[in-house]
Amino acid sequence: MNNQSLDTTDDRADEFEVSVPSPPELMKRRAKSHIGFILGGSVVLIALLVAIFAPVLAPADPYDQDLTRRLIDPIWGAKGTWKNPLGTDALGRDYLSRIMFGSQVSLMIGFFAAAVSAIVGSCIGMIGGYFGGRIDNFIMYLINVKLALPGLLVALSLVSVFGGSIIALILILSFLFWDRYAVVTRSVTQQIRVNDYITAAQALGTSHTRIILGEILPNVMNQIIVIASLEMAVAIIIEAALSFLGLGVQPPTPSWGLLVSEGRSFMFFKPHLIVLPGMAIFLLVIAINMMGDGIRDITAPEGRN
Amino acid sequence: MAKFLIHRLYISVLVAVTVSVIAFGLLRLSGDLAAELAGEDATPEEIAVIATQYGLDKPLYVQYFNWAGNALTGDLGRSLFTNEPVTEMIFDRIGVTIKLAFFSIVIALIISIPLGVLASVYPNTWIDRTSLGLAVFGQAIPNFFFALLLILLFGVKLRWFPISGNDTFAHFIMPTMTLGIGVMPQFMRLTRTGMLDVLGSDFIRTARAKGLSPLKVLFKHALRNAILPIVSLMAVVLGFLLGGTVIIESIFALNGVGFLAFESILRQDFPVVQSIVFILSLSYILLTLSSDLINAQLDPRIRLG
Repeated sequence: MNNQSLDTTDDRADEFEVSVPSPPELMKRRAKSHIGFILGGSVVLIALLVAIFAPVLAPADPYDQDLTRRLIDPIWGAKGTWKNPLGTDALGRDYLSRIMFGSQVSLMIGFFAAAVSAIVGSCIGMIGGYFGGRIDNFIMYLINVKLALPGLLVALSLVSVFGGSIIALILILSFLFWDRYAVVTRSVTQQIRVNDYITAAQALGTSHTRIILGEILPNVMNQIIVIASLEMAVAIIIEAALSFLGLGVQPPTPSWGLLVSEGRSFMFFKPHLIVLPGMAIFLLVIAINMMGDGIRDITAPEGRN
Repeated sequence: MAKFLIHRLYISVLVAVTVSVIAFGLLRLSGDLAAELAGEDATPEEIAVIATQYGLDKPLYVQYFNWAGNALTGDLGRSLFTNEPVTEMIFDRIGVTIKLAFFSIVIALIISIPLGVLASVYPNTWIDRTSLGLAVFGQAIPNFFFALLLILLFGVKLRWFPISGNDTFAHFIMPTMTLGIGVMPQFMRLTRTGMLDVLGSDFIRTARAKGLSPLKVLFKHALRNAILPIVSLMAVVLGFLLGGTVIIESIFALNGVGFLAFESILRQDFPVVQSIVFILSLSYILLTLSSDLINAQLDPRIRLG
């Protein structure tokens, strides 16, 4: 008898859920009607596909030099040909292929720098916010030290010491970006910590690690993803800037920042050599930003202003 | 207030000391500096001579205390490259960088505050969207690329402004435009959200109900309250700009601290690099300290809470 009555209430709960869309369902609906998210997401998706399939899609080998075909105009120029739709660079390498392969560098460094700094920064922030007291003071001190250092100069110095390999760049950029994750996850964790379900978990004897990973992390995940998308955009710009200064990705690897820097000596005669890779960075960064703003609106519409 | 002041000072000193250790260690991570300074073909004897000459044979902590002790008296050592005193080198160039940072913030404020106020008064209209678009643009365009575009347009095509050097006011126009556009979005977003918050509050409704003119309400009551966070942001951005002008200074050949740091990193001139990193960190610490103290003075909740 008792069982039966429990069952009926369960059934009613199911009916209730059918009439009101579940949170994931709501998010899907919001995503479908969010123009910025769709537009930005599509551009990011295209860049990702180009990066993955560059070896198949690119018309030529991006490293193949042909000194007899240097600085050829793109297709809309006077002497442009379909053989090199975007012309060639100062060493006769196909520019379209170099730009396509450049998306690999930007996306890879941007993604991993954002991911590594997200892991480090959120761990630091959640630990500080969860434990409070002395541990939190120490973590605030770490964040203050990080904020006081001139990031770009420190990054340049570190690259000059450790070299411009992709892994070194990812780690150095991660060092630049962890603080924002730490600041945000710390303050959100402080608000969550006082909730009953945390106290309940503590009373059950759940370990601190499990509480942080199982109870707190899911609640700060949305914020982490939003910050990560924005930091990925910044990481792409900084990688391009470092490569532009010659202290980033090393030639002949095609990084967009490096392409701008190589094209700089010819920009007065062949402005497309800097405009094309520059616009590539600009478009990718705008798209990532739009996608990030979209994710924020979709996951937490009340946070929008 | 006294308790707040002492605590804040204590943290600042702690951070400053840590930062000095990091600045000191930055280029020393590369391993054997003496061997690097002596050049590739140097014999072990020559390396030993160089090591004694620069005090590199002493243990690291002795080197650090020597440097830090001298730094307290204003002596930052000599450049390994030009043999000039580092303090003089920095003071000769810091004027250019301060001018650059200051004008950039002025440009950013001139654009962002009116736009932010307009956007908050007419939210979700074309004015709001245009200013948001401008913010997205400023955030997404890499400053080295924007600088090159300005050079192409105003320097080469229209010939309005000189493209390199720092002799006249005109030399600063393009560099400050580049940096100003880059930091403008933060100010604009902060003005807009701050104003939206304030405009929705009770005392604004009261002021309006009293029959005050809309402009008076906007500027005397609302903007005044929204401006507090902008003051804090100004300190942060100023600190960021002092260390973030590397790229722009090297593109426009402005002889400032950023360019000096960049050159010194390239030639492993560690006394110069460590001093610049340290001085910039110190100025950031002082800037944020003073903005915190100003805010605490203005807002009793901070100093008593």
